[in-house]
Amino acid sequence: MLGTLSNDLPALQVVVPLMSAPLCLVLARWPRLVWILCVAASWTSLAISMELLDQVLSYGPISYAMGGWAAPWGIEYRVDSVNAYVILIVTGIASVVLPFAGASVAGEIREDKVAMFYTLLMLCLTGLLGMTITGDAFNVFVFLEISSLSMYGLISMGRDRRALTSAFQYLVMGTIGGTFILVGIGFLYVITGTLNMADIAQRLPEATQLRTLHTAFAFLVVGIGLKLAMFPLHLWLPNAYAYAPSTATALIAATATKVAVYALLRFVFTVIGPVTAYEDLPFGEIAMALATLGLLTGSFVAIFQENVKRILAYSSVAQIGYILLGIGLATALGLQAGILHLFNHALMKGALFMAVGCFFYRVGSVRLDDLRGIGRKMPWTFAAFVIAGLSLIGVPLTVGFISKWYLLQATLQQGYWPLALLILGGSLLAVVYIWRVVEAAWFGSPSVRANDAKEAPLGLLIPTWTLVLANLYFGIHTELTVGVADLAARTLLEAIR
Amino acid sequence: MLHHTVLRVIAKLLVPVILLFALYVQFHGEYSPGGGFQAGVIFASGIILYALVFGLDDTMRALPPGVLKILSASGVLLYAGVGLDTLLLGGNYLDYDWLADSPTHGQHLGIFLVELGVGITVASTMLLLYYAFTGREQGQ
Amino acid sequence: MRFLQLYNYEIAIFLAMVGLYIVVSRGNLVKKIAGLSMFQTSVFILYISMGVVDGGSVPILTEGVTRYSNPLPHVLILTAIVVGVATTAVALSLVIRINEAYGTVEEDEVHQQDESF
Repeated sequence: MLGTLSNDLPALQVVVPLMSAPLCLVLARWPRLVWILCVAASWTSLAISMELLDQVLSYGPISYAMGGWAAPWGIEYRVDSVNAYVILIVTGIASVVLPFAGASVAGEIREDKVAMFYTLLMLCLTGLLGMTITGDAFNVFVFLEISSLSMYGLISMGRDRRALTSAFQYLVMGTIGGTFILVGIGFLYVITGTLNMADIAQRLPEATQLRTLHTAFAFLVVGIGLKLAMFPLHLWLPNAYAYAPSTATALIAATATKVAVYALLRFVFTVIGPVTAYEDLPFGEIAMALATLGLLTGSFVAIFQENVKRILAYSSVAQIGYILLGIGLATALGLQAGILHLFNHALMKGALFMAVGCFFYRVGSVRLDDLRGIGRKMPWTFAAFVIAGLSLIGVPLTVGFISKWYLLQATLQQGYWPLALLILGGSLLAVVYIWRVVEAAWFGSPSVRANDAKEAPLGLLIPTWTLVLANLYFGIHTELTVGVADLAARTLLEAIR
Repeated sequence: MLHHTVLRVIAKLLVPVILLFALYVQFHGEYSPGGGFQAGVIFASGIILYALVFGLDDTMRALPPGVLKILSASGVLLYAGVGLDTLLLGGNYLDYDWLADSPTHGQHLGIFLVELGVGITVASTMLLLYYAFTGREQGQ
Repeated sequence: MRFLQLYNYEIAIFLAMVGLYIVVSRGNLVKKIAGLSMFQTSVFILYISMGVVDGGSVPILTEGVTRYSNPLPHVLILTAIVVGVATTAVALSLVIRINEAYGTVEEDEVHQQDESF
């Protein structure tokens, strides 16, 4: 039976988390069982995504017709090297974060809300995976809203009452972003009369309504920009990351913005085409300008935060700058660096936020004042934080180094040496804000709260260290990530007709 | 609300008609405008009318929130389950052709089951929303 | 008069701008939600109006009719409306919880409390 299902993997990729979400509600009375179900679902998703990537690498892109309706009419799921890679990131992070959730959620969420939390988590995963895998432009909007709506719910479950206001703030900005995307897709439909991405791409060159096309492009970029927290549309992000429950932060921070970046790549390169984006319109220049601004502001503001989660959140704004910089360059090497950083940033931010989740589990706060001296009480968690932090800075032997190395090469190849200096400057700023945490946690005299803390339980430490070790492993064995990123970049650029 | 005799009588007359109409919209959705979404909302509105006139407590006793939660989940499960069934029968996801001996029958059966799932989920979700918003005020 | 022929776009743009303005300018969270809904609705109108075919009939198969309006945008918007309803419901429930936690639904008062907190 499994043999016949191997052709249906694109559908199962979305259906497995989708079906586990309502099952969580049905099993609400047994929170432990719900957790086991979700872990199993996330591991199954990971297995499916690995198999999909393997199939794509050996046989080329896969097209799957939903409901048996052939492509331009029905909804098509389309997997190529670009989204197989992003799906692997999402499921990989999910399958580490969900085991972590077991202890973390039990400590942070009220028991009668636990099942609801897992339901939302699985729906969020469904949305993110669906957004990545679908080849239908309108479907992107639907899955985007599924993931966003569940994220608002997840964020609002944080213990602090500010979680509510930050969820509301994100809801307002996220809805505006989603609606912008809807307008953009609508204009594309007006021009071409189709919603299938490949079909739109085929028909656009014949389009005569260039002004409509440009408007559609602007709406799409701004809408997706809101979702991926492109500077200056990042205002929702720091609060949302800071007050969400630890598990939710780890999952969202490591995956949601990555999927938004994927959506941007897809619309810019595959659907609308780089010629319109980079030659008719100044997308490259705008992306690079916003990327550098975001990089500097994000890193700079991070230095002055008092809450570790907010430090990491602002650092995310900066890291998205690196990714956008690679995309803005629009060379094969730049794109490769950007796509590579998608994976690497997911690894390091996932590890960092999980380490912070361990601190929160024991201390009940992630303010720098409360974390003073915690490093000596929780050495393993602290070591995980430091290694992931080094990866964020870009020290050799970690993944952070690999992506920065490629990005530097990409900028120097184009002769943009001031940009190269900026990248190095960003790393220096990262040293400063990571050092602030290290200084407080290791050298500070223990705070009242830190004094009673013990090492985090194994249920939290093992997933955290899994990601930390992945940071090191993929920093040394780069064949897989660099190879796939290269292939993905070339696939995107081949769209130039 | 005890003294509003007119309201109570009219509501008692109207609620069954609304529910019946919802069922019509649900099961006739394949041939005429209608379907699970609309039917679910109409069904829920009938019960909400009952709750408005006769109070939330009575309604909650007939349709407890716990049951509704399970119903809302089972609607999605029914929808996704039909898809899974078509997979196991050898077709693509949600390809109804495989559900019965002939494609036409299969399409009929598939649409019927899927819309039923949508209807159940929409109706119970609308009711849960109503419970959440009104129950809150009384509780606080 | 090309300007008048495009009235459906003008209505959509007007509604969208009014909605966005309410979201940005009002401090009351419930009013913000109203503005947000209005903004979304303007896009629904945009979509529905672009499905219209001149002289087209309702897209239900009828004898003797050969020209139908395009039903696809309508179906899309049905989904978008559901998304809109869900968004509004989540937003309103958040406002209720904010009201319980802060005792107010005015944005500036909420921020004031957080700063003194």
